[in-house]
Amino acid sequence: MIQAKPKVRHPGLQKNALGLTRRDYEGSMSTLCAGCGHDSITAAVIQAFFDLDIPPHRAVKLSGIGCSSKTPTYFLGEAHGFNGVHGRMPAIATGANAANREMVYIGVSGDGDSLSIGLGHLCHAVRRNLDMLYLIENNGVYGLTKGQFSASADVGSLSKRGEPNLQRPIDPVLMALTLGASFVARSFSGDRRQLLPILKAGLVHKGFALVDIISPCVTFNDHESSTKSYMHTRERYLEVVSADFVPPAKRIETDYDVGTTTTVTMHDGSLVRFRKVGEEYDPTDRAAAYRYISGKQAEGEVVTGLLFIEEGCCDMHEVAGTVDQPLTQIPFDQLVPGSEALSDLMRSFR
Amino acid sequence: MRGTRLGRTNDFSLKIGTVNGTGSASANGLLMQAIFRMGIPVSGKNIFPSNIQGLATWYEIRVNGDGHTARVPKFDLMVSMNPHSYAEDIAEVQPGGYVLHDSTWPLGESLYRDDITFLGIPIAKMCVEAFEGARVRILLKNIVYAGALTALLNIDMDIVKGLLQELLGHKKALLDSNYRAVKMGYDYAMEAFETPLPIRLETMDSTAEYVLLDGNTAAALGCLYAGATVAAWYPITPATSLMDRFQAFCRRYRVDPETGKNRFCIVQAEDELAAIGIVMGAGWSGARAFTPTSGPGISLMSEFIGLGYYAEIPAVIFDVQRTGPSTGMPTRTQQGDLLLCAYASHGDTKHILLFPANPEECFYMAVQAFDLAERFQTPVFVLSDLDIAMNDWMCRRLEWDDAYVHDRGKVLSAEQVKELPTFHRYLDVDGDGVCARTLPGVDPKGAYLTRGSGHNKLGGYTEDAEEYAEVVERLARKIQGSATAVPAPVLRTQPEAGIGIVAIGSSDPAVLEALDQLRERGIAADYLRIRGFPFDRSVEEFLTAYPRVFVVEQNRDAQLRSLLSLETGVSKDRLISVRYYGGLPISPDHVVDGITREIADVEAELHLAGRET
Repeated sequence: MIQAKPKVRHPGLQKNALGLTRRDYEGSMSTLCAGCGHDSITAAVIQAFFDLDIPPHRAVKLSGIGCSSKTPTYFLGEAHGFNGVHGRMPAIATGANAANREMVYIGVSGDGDSLSIGLGHLCHAVRRNLDMLYLIENNGVYGLTKGQFSASADVGSLSKRGEPNLQRPIDPVLMALTLGASFVARSFSGDRRQLLPILKAGLVHKGFALVDIISPCVTFNDHESSTKSYMHTRERYLEVVSADFVPPAKRIETDYDVGTTTTVTMHDGSLVRFRKVGEEYDPTDRAAAYRYISGKQAEGEVVTGLLFIEEGCCDMHEVAGTVDQPLTQIPFDQLVPGSEALSDLMRSFR
Repeated sequence: MRGTRLGRTNDFSLKIGTVNGTGSASANGLLMQAIFRMGIPVSGKNIFPSNIQGLATWYEIRVNGDGHTARVPKFDLMVSMNPHSYAEDIAEVQPGGYVLHDSTWPLGESLYRDDITFLGIPIAKMCVEAFEGARVRILLKNIVYAGALTALLNIDMDIVKGLLQELLGHKKALLDSNYRAVKMGYDYAMEAFETPLPIRLETMDSTAEYVLLDGNTAAALGCLYAGATVAAWYPITPATSLMDRFQAFCRRYRVDPETGKNRFCIVQAEDELAAIGIVMGAGWSGARAFTPTSGPGISLMSEFIGLGYYAEIPAVIFDVQRTGPSTGMPTRTQQGDLLLCAYASHGDTKHILLFPANPEECFYMAVQAFDLAERFQTPVFVLSDLDIAMNDWMCRRLEWDDAYVHDRGKVLSAEQVKELPTFHRYLDVDGDGVCARTLPGVDPKGAYLTRGSGHNKLGGYTEDAEEYAEVVERLARKIQGSATAVPAPVLRTQPEAGIGIVAIGSSDPAVLEALDQLRERGIAADYLRIRGFPFDRSVEEFLTAYPRVFVVEQNRDAQLRSLLSLETGVSKDRLISVRYYGGLPISPDHVVDGITREIADVEAELHLAGRET
């Protein structure tokens, strides 16, 4: 039985432009393990929707199967959600978005869901540049079936039982870059400061925003010899670029930051400002990004940040030339050609 | 449709054997359409290989003044244009029949038969002399034999020319060469042979209310008129042309005149799993959505179909059946997906199935499928097959009633949601097993989480035995409730009928013709054509009304008989199976032979039993 949260509200809670509090963006109580990285991500998602003043019921949350896919229950209780079948959430999201392009789509998936059973669907959602925020809560392990390696597990990483993973991992970030993804990021469930602006930029991005989030599994993959543990991630964590999200309303009051290297204007007028952290890194150069990330990865570093962005690409509807109005709102008289048209058409089949 | 029968006038079959990829389809279509425009009932069957170019392909045309359109593979005339299939083509001709062949090269001695007439025309030679370019010569060979057949069969030349004008009027040079080719064939035949042949055509007036239409085109039109806006698919024979046509119709009728933008969204998916997933996502969001596929696609879609059943999502699936199992024979027809579709997916599931028998029903049932899917909030299958889908059938002009009201089922508006104290997705308020649904974005109060995992009537996750059972029992009730909403069976009775015949789909023309033939042999049968599943009570009543009921179907394992027995409780022993499953459209002979053999066996047994006592 799902635990509902008490509806009591502190009168002093901060409100957003819609007059809603963060509580209005929450869902039911999490049933994940205590300390699960996914719950931190859920909290960041709630904050991102709250900060962006998105009415909860105008969002659609989707997921597949796995621990990660349970999380949509824990945020946006006033949004329609669809917890579908394993690995195939991108297909459902494609259909939902095709039907109603006005909603804000967020999909939550995991490394098993996205990189094994649903790998093809993920790739094709990237290819369609489906307008959605797509999170991979990546822990390198199958939790609900008790600890098998996933396709993102690194070679040599040990399972809880001490068996080494021998197969090379599939890296969602490098893969998305080669597929032509228009928004690629990697973050860590333990770094909300970095994750939050990425989530906001991803929600605002017109197109497919892939965010790979290392999210340790405290039960099956947080031991010493794991490469997806809290400790390992913190040790090998390399933030190459820092992104600030500036909503349209704040553009004027925000001073230009001297450390800003690149500014990307999103389709709704908000800005994403990139600040240099260490070495030179250009998040708008796909080939350079690929070279940099794969090079660092070979050295065992976990490269994070909003790693690549290409704003202004056509999303699925722009490519398809769909009307602006959601297809679900078009009345039948504009869809059905009528008796006369059919009768005319019949003459051509004589 | 009663025509005058003078010898073999307006009653014969011909077959044209060509090489795939040589452009014969347009010539064959031209012939069929010309006969149709002469007012004579005609049917065509394209028997083609799974190949782009090079293998043998055939087109069969049956002319029948009485209006019978089933495939009758007794060919009075063979047009043999493919040396690789000469032997089998010539062997198929009925005694007394004709072979029209290209005499540019001599036929092998062994191919000649004494009991048929060979009509040789040096078609290749004529085309080489008259036209330039290898491709043009190959294409126009087809038009030359069409011209020869125009003379031999007494096809109205003005109609042939008119059709060429309609087809090629915008390409003057091409039209001229086609005119020339058709005349070359015509003149040669008039000169060299005694024309017309005894098998010949005479103008009738039996097709005025009809059109020539294939099932996929009709189904695509149905989707258009049903108001479907999202379509997803993965290319597969024989379903592909359904989406091709839908797209073409959408481009013609669904473009916003002001903005030039599309009031539809078609997604060619990465596979069938995604195709049905897209349909589910769209249906859940409130768009009417469909996917056309064939058996292999249904196998892949099964997981999602179970989700659609359990989470109660409207979806329309066209299964254009082909010959299985596995890849099977992709360009041959069958009714082999019946059981697969009826219970697709793991766990307890049952689905609404519609069985169109011809393109006309493909249109009306497509419209109805969307209504049923939304009314019952569940995946609905339209089980067509390759024969219906890809062959041109003579059917009544499709009509549309502008007063038609699409049935969206129980979808709550924002106002309705606001009035409710609380909204629960799976609460059976009306007691009919169908719960109200809301669409994303409607209102904060209308939100719910759709899940394929165990849920209770309030829509919450559950692992509780009683809560689980309550929902799946309602689902069973809901689907059973659709039995009276699916298209009713069509009953055709005769005085003093002693047996019953049951069939579905494209077996219909063969059964209808078999009824006449059986009556001529003194066997009167009543015929029930089932058009929907779950079966309503009238089906069981029919099965128990006769001492013997014959179930005619196009698969090896008597799937319809199994389904009837499973769902009605009527014993399999009462149901005698008549099957044809070779992949070609079923013929009246299959039906008549199956029934008379069984009757003869039973009578012999009775006779034997009588002697022994």
